Amino acid sequence: MIGPLLKGLGKTLEQMFRKPITIEYPERKREVSERFRGHPRLLRDENGRIKCVACHLCETICPSKAITVEPEGGEEMHDKHPREFIVDLARCIFCGFCQEACPKGAIMLNRKYELAQYRRDVLVYHKEKLLEE
Amino acid sequence: MDWIVYGVITLIKTAVLLFVLLTAVAYATLMERKVLGFMQLRLGPNRVGPWGLLQPLADGVKLFFKEDISLPVSEPRLYAIAPWVTAVAAITPFLAIPFADTVAPETVEVFGRTVDLAQYGIHRGVIADLPGAVLFILAISSLSTYGVVLGGWASDNRYSLLGGIRVTAQMISYELSLGMAVVGVLLVAGSMRLTEIVDAQARLPFIVYQPLGFVLYLTAAFAEACRTPFDLIECENELVAGYHTEYSSMKFGLFQLAEYAHIITVSAVAVTLYLGGWQGPWLPSGLWFVLKTGALVFFFIWVRATYPRVRYDQLMSFGWKVLLPLSLANILATGCAVAWWG
Repeated sequence: MIGPLLKGLGKTLEQMFRKPITIEYPERKREVSERFRGHPRLLRDENGRIKCVACHLCETICPSKAITVEPEGGEEMHDKHPREFIVDLARCIFCGFCQEACPKGAIMLNRKYELAQYRRDVLVYHKEKLLEE
Repeated sequence: MDWIVYGVITLIKTAVLLFVLLTAVAYATLMERKVLGFMQLRLGPNRVGPWGLLQPLADGVKLFFKEDISLPVSEPRLYAIAPWVTAVAAITPFLAIPFADTVAPETVEVFGRTVDLAQYGIHRGVIADLPGAVLFILAISSLSTYGVVLGGWASDNRYSLLGGIRVTAQMISYELSLGMAVVGVLLVAGSMRLTEIVDAQARLPFIVYQPLGFVLYLTAAFAEACRTPFDLIECENELVAGYHTEYSSMKFGLFQLAEYAHIITVSAVAVTLYLGGWQGPWLPSGLWFVLKTGALVFFFIWVRATYPRVRYDQLMSFGWKVLLPLSLANILATGCAVAWWG
């Protein structure tokens, strides 16, 4: 009876000298995985033009209706682009369907996860905010 | 006029001891949280002050300023007095425990008069050198049970009442073994005066003569202090929080204080009875006492991190069928040995 009790004590003492696995969160952040699904962002092509062609596919597939695209025609052919592109992060469920549906690779989920806000309207991201890195 | 000097010095000793003890209680909570944290691969509290060293202060301030929710209980006076009974009973035994060799010179000069402090042992590192100190300590520390029982009963809550009832049964079972385990030391030392027991351990601590007695004392002390694995009185999964479910603010704080004070008291008694008290080479005697007591308090926390809580019938059958016969056998063996070699 005494043997296992002492063995248990030894085990806990051994644990005491191991490195704690705690990550002290606000100072140190946990590395998220490569395919982590954060919130959507818009990409630019190599010429600095917005990749999105305002085809509404992401808006259509979005299960929670978080995306609103307002298209705008350009001077030339094939120059349709979004005048406004709104993602309501309060609605977004980070499913990544928009990224899968996009034929131009213009919308991708980034790896940010600290999105808590005090006010709901702050979470409605407009085009400029979505184009940020 | 000597008695004024005696009184003043005793008061100073008491005040310093009380301050040190309460600080130790506060830091025992931090030590528990830190050690438990490390043993579970966590960090423990580390936000308040460097390494979380000011955490007990923050906890105290928080408890002090929390709302004291007064319930429409059946016995408001008992409800209010219960935490105080427990806390006072947990701290008072320290009066009789010798914590150092000497703390004052043997004679002091007051207004041109020489006062002999050694006459009544005022200069020694103990506040009250009682002839029956062991009895005093056992009697007072079991009084803390009353606080728990009254608190549980006055709370008007089934869970609290069950916690209170459990503590009575547990105390009756384990107090007996505790007292019986201590008898072994008394036989070896031939005295109940704690200063004499410590003096008798100058060459060898009594743990050498009483290894079984020490183990029995510690086991019973865990039950006495209501610590894991015998903390059924505050069993979360069965009794919410047991006797202190309905307590809040500083009343709850007093119960917590009493718990940790109790751990420190039983550790200090174990150090005095078995581990040689303040005796030790090189370091000052008070420091030895603090170190040994601290090591035992660490052991209490270590055990909490290791063992699960026992079931209630296991607790009872262990107390009556294992601990008590063993402690009686220990008395018998010690008595025979003392009579033979005495």
